Amino acid sequence: MRRRSVAAQGIALGVTAIIVWWLARNTTATLDQHGISLGFGFLRQPANFEIGDAPIAYSPADSFVRAILVGLANTARVSVLGWVFAVLLGFVLGVLRLAPNSAVRGVARTVVELVRNVPLLLLLFFLIAAMHALPPTRAALELLPGVFISDRGLVLPSVDLRAWSIDRPHLVGFNFVGGLTISPELTALLAGLVLHHAAHISEVVRGAVIAVSQRQRDAASALGMSRAQVMRFVVIPQALRAMVPLLATNCVSLTKNSSLAVAIGFPDFVSILNTTANQTGHAIETMLIMIVVYLTLSLGVAGAMNAYNRRLLRPGA
Amino acid sequence: MLSATVAIVVLAAAVPLARWALIDAVWTGTADDCRAATGACWAFVAHKLGFIVFGLYPPAERWRAAVALTVLAGLIVSTALPRFWRRRTLTGWAVGLTMGFWLMHGGLGLARVPTRLWGGLPITLMLTTLALALGFPLGVLLALGRRSRLPVPRTLATTFVEVVRGVPLIAVLYVAALVIPFAMPRGLEIDKLFLAQCAIVVFASAYLAEAVRSGLQIVPRRQYDAARALGLSAWQVHRLVILPQALRVVVPSFVSIAVGFFQDTSLVVIIALFDLLNTARFAAQDPAWLGFHAEAYVFVGLIYFAGSTLMSQYGLWVERYLRAGPAGAQASRQGRIRNDNT
Repeated sequence: MRRRSVAAQGIALGVTAIIVWWLARNTTATLDQHGISLGFGFLRQPANFEIGDAPIAYSPADSFVRAILVGLANTARVSVLGWVFAVLLGFVLGVLRLAPNSAVRGVARTVVELVRNVPLLLLLFFLIAAMHALPPTRAALELLPGVFISDRGLVLPSVDLRAWSIDRPHLVGFNFVGGLTISPELTALLAGLVLHHAAHISEVVRGAVIAVSQRQRDAASALGMSRAQVMRFVVIPQALRAMVPLLATNCVSLTKNSSLAVAIGFPDFVSILNTTANQTGHAIETMLIMIVVYLTLSLGVAGAMNAYNRRLLRPGA
Repeated sequence: MLSATVAIVVLAAAVPLARWALIDAVWTGTADDCRAATGACWAFVAHKLGFIVFGLYPPAERWRAAVALTVLAGLIVSTALPRFWRRRTLTGWAVGLTMGFWLMHGGLGLARVPTRLWGGLPITLMLTTLALALGFPLGVLLALGRRSRLPVPRTLATTFVEVVRGVPLIAVLYVAALVIPFAMPRGLEIDKLFLAQCAIVVFASAYLAEAVRSGLQIVPRRQYDAARALGLSAWQVHRLVILPQALRVVVPSFVSIAVGFFQDTSLVVIIALFDLLNTARFAAQDPAWLGFHAEAYVFVGLIYFAGSTLMSQYGLWVERYLRAGPAGAQASRQGRIRNDNT
């Protein structure tokens, strides 16, 4: 028995090795034929392409490394904003879906079902088309006082930290002066990601709240707690613990989904790597960078969640 | 009071929507008729319907794509019914898929249609179905491998599953489209649609593997030992004792994976394939019909919505069916059997 399993494993290992060797041999042959050599040296060359939306200083004369860092910064920016708003909206929707009023529940449920049952990419295409169909800046719509939306994007009031004042944007000629401008692509991407993941998070929230047993609520009510107190002191603390791993999974998947930016023209990490691969022909190296970065993120979060679960399971925690 | 407020808000949103979509909509006519009206331009969707559903497939041959689509849909629907849960259905699939491929691809008396002209709903449905149908057996193998006591299968399966689940589907599609052609022998050109299908199968297998593994965890180890003690071989134990119990438990996660993949096949847009979403987007870019994005996306959105909702509802039904059998599924739907979890 033991000898047989050792032999079988040896064969499996051998077959895997042969496949890998075959792929590697073909790759070297193809690379030779195209005159490309493997290596990351090309990253130091100037990128020579424009990036529309750069949160850190960048010009086309900068290296590919710099361009990729811009992409990474954009992905980080979308992720962090996306996590915050998706979790907030997800909580609101999740709580509304448990509201005592059936009309409120119905509306929340309709929103969640609508979003959950269409592809995220469709939502993004729809939103970017809607952004481009908005009126031009001089006829921008004022959503809230100081918040404008036009085909050039979203303009928000910004806080000037040095003067401790709020900088409200105003229209001068054809453009806005002051405030913070968010490009149409970033607006559509964020709105789509937040809606999609909030719908999924609302299910997590709802599930976690329902999972707290009715007996505990009854016991808490019997102690004289109000509905709000039961929620605040009994249900939410327990539900939160059950939610954390699922919320983390959702946040990681939001970051992975932010790679759909490439389809609507927002220069995120994946989109810049794709441009780099097309311009230099170094597809293998760029894909390797992509895989390593995403794996680091996913495995890092998975490790943190395992540690969190161990801590919860520890007696006295 | 609160209900009344909600009703007013809902009406304030629903009335303009209904006016746009139904009352002021243009159902027949030209782009100019639509521009003159304030409502939705369904005439545009009607005009582009063939393209949105079948993509670049030659219009004279579209009947073939339509028949192939019907065959595939028929296979899916009949497989969903418990009365077809038998071995002979597999033969049906083999015959149906061969026929569908012949109809789409041509040869043997039909004109050849290269895969770069395939598109629309047949592609979306094919990518989804094959992803699940081929990803499932792979996923079971990976899950068993990951739980194996032997180090080699365990390491290989774990690495594969973790790497694939750790990266976005776009990365897998890019690797398939940009890197795999490098790794093939010289002169061998691989079909892009085939590569995309392989990428989606690989991606699906990793997610299905994790679902199966969570099911395997609920079967106690002593059942394995007991079955081995009765003289069953390792394969028999898995086939007859472990998997039937494990797979039953994971039906809900299978359904959500299936719905997810139905929607995620739309990512093949990234490598320029014409699935249902891309045909709609392309149709809306026609210079003769500019400005009707909303109509195109609402239309395909409804198709995705209907498909996803049907799958979810079927999932709930099949879950009850597996728990209680045919009579139980009927009864619990009528509310006679109450379930503790809900």
